[in-house]
Amino acid sequence: MASMEDVVPTVTTWSTGRIIEKELPRPDQVRLRLLVEDRQHHAPGQHYVIRLRAPDDYTAQRSYSLASADHEPLVELLVERLPGGEVSEFLADVAEVGDVLEVRGPIGRWFVWDRRTPSLALVGGTGVVPAISMLRAAAHLRRPDLLRVLAVGRDPASLPYRDELARSGATLLYTRHDAGGRAHGAPTAEEVRPLLDGVERFFVCGSPRFATLAEGLLAECGVEPGAVRVEQFGASG
Amino acid sequence: MPVTRGFFRKRPEGPAGRLPPGQYDTGSGWPVLTAEATPRIEPETWSITVDGLVDRPTTWTWADAHQLPASTYTGDIHCVTTWSKFDVAFTGVSVDVLLDAAGPQVDARYVLVHSSTGYTTNLPLSDLVGGRAWVVWDYAGRPLPVEHGGPVRLLVPHLYFWKSAKWVSRLELLAEDRPGFWERNGYHDRGDPWLEQRYQGD
Repeated sequence: MASMEDVVPTVTTWSTGRIIEKELPRPDQVRLRLLVEDRQHHAPGQHYVIRLRAPDDYTAQRSYSLASADHEPLVELLVERLPGGEVSEFLADVAEVGDVLEVRGPIGRWFVWDRRTPSLALVGGTGVVPAISMLRAAAHLRRPDLLRVLAVGRDPASLPYRDELARSGATLLYTRHDAGGRAHGAPTAEEVRPLLDGVERFFVCGSPRFATLAEGLLAECGVEPGAVRVEQFGASG
Repeated sequence: MPVTRGFFRKRPEGPAGRLPPGQYDTGSGWPVLTAEATPRIEPETWSITVDGLVDRPTTWTWADAHQLPASTYTGDIHCVTTWSKFDVAFTGVSVDVLLDAAGPQVDARYVLVHSSTGYTTNLPLSDLVGGRAWVVWDYAGRPLPVEHGGPVRLLVPHLYFWKSAKWVSRLELLAEDRPGFWERNGYHDRGDPWLEQRYQGD
């Protein structure tokens, strides 16, 4: 099994990305598609840093996971608009198509899917974003069998990429919405267990609270902790 | 690099000289960032080893470590994801005490820090000596919570916080620098927040 020792060093430099598309699927989410200058290849699960620069040279930067797969011409991000979020509010409220942003990436070589290992992504809320990149990569390879996704949202309306997830065969569960005979509530080990057959690697992405829950479910199902890779985000993201 | 159209400083400037470039004050928050499944480590089974290029490779249990002279750090911490947190208080033991017991050899110049999860991070030995690094088990007078690296983490507050390895279990002294986990992931080998050494190449 690949260990933390197997990651290869890498160097990235700052570049620029022009906003080609901007959409607010909900008032608290913004989806951006960028044309990145001198773009490097990326693997599903990697992230970009966006840096905003004020006229007085004050800067603010945040990391965002990529939703797009490497074969796509544009780099796609989905950002949750956090109240008081210096960067996310700017991206949602101020940035427009045609604007140029400083970007750096791809970054991260641990929370990445190698596009070979049978894997399960257990993702919650905007934590679905890297799973979207993984699903698109799997579809592009015509190997959808390599990746299973269990996505958890409060309700259908707030789960990012809900339609794309459903089309890709992801299991969708809601904590505050009854659906398909399932009463609302947190996912259970019984709901995770049927997805484990043949899976060798596990990707957990979401809030710290979701990650703790998901790690606990995998442990309850007997998954070896060393097979689990975690990406958490919070107010810092 | 170009100015971002429509972007202006909204946050007030931090206290003079306390906020490194590109950082913001997270206030009472303490975001949690980890790469691996959070381990459950009982203090009774935890230990820390100092080995590699030392005269006396030494392991301390939880009880051993608590027999050493306690030391408290009060000050600020800075995370590469751009938050800083002011006036934190951690208590444990100074890394100087552990190193003095183990006796670094003359050719020991770097340290690879290991966690029980397999996480690693590398530092020059000079960043771990001189009262600037601790192995800590209390935060604000209470046991360090597991999500923040409890029962015991490393604390190197003058560098970005990924150097302060959670669930620390071993300090391996080396002659040559060997990149740790985030360092192989594209992050800087030293990570000085005042020089904004976030990524390889900065």
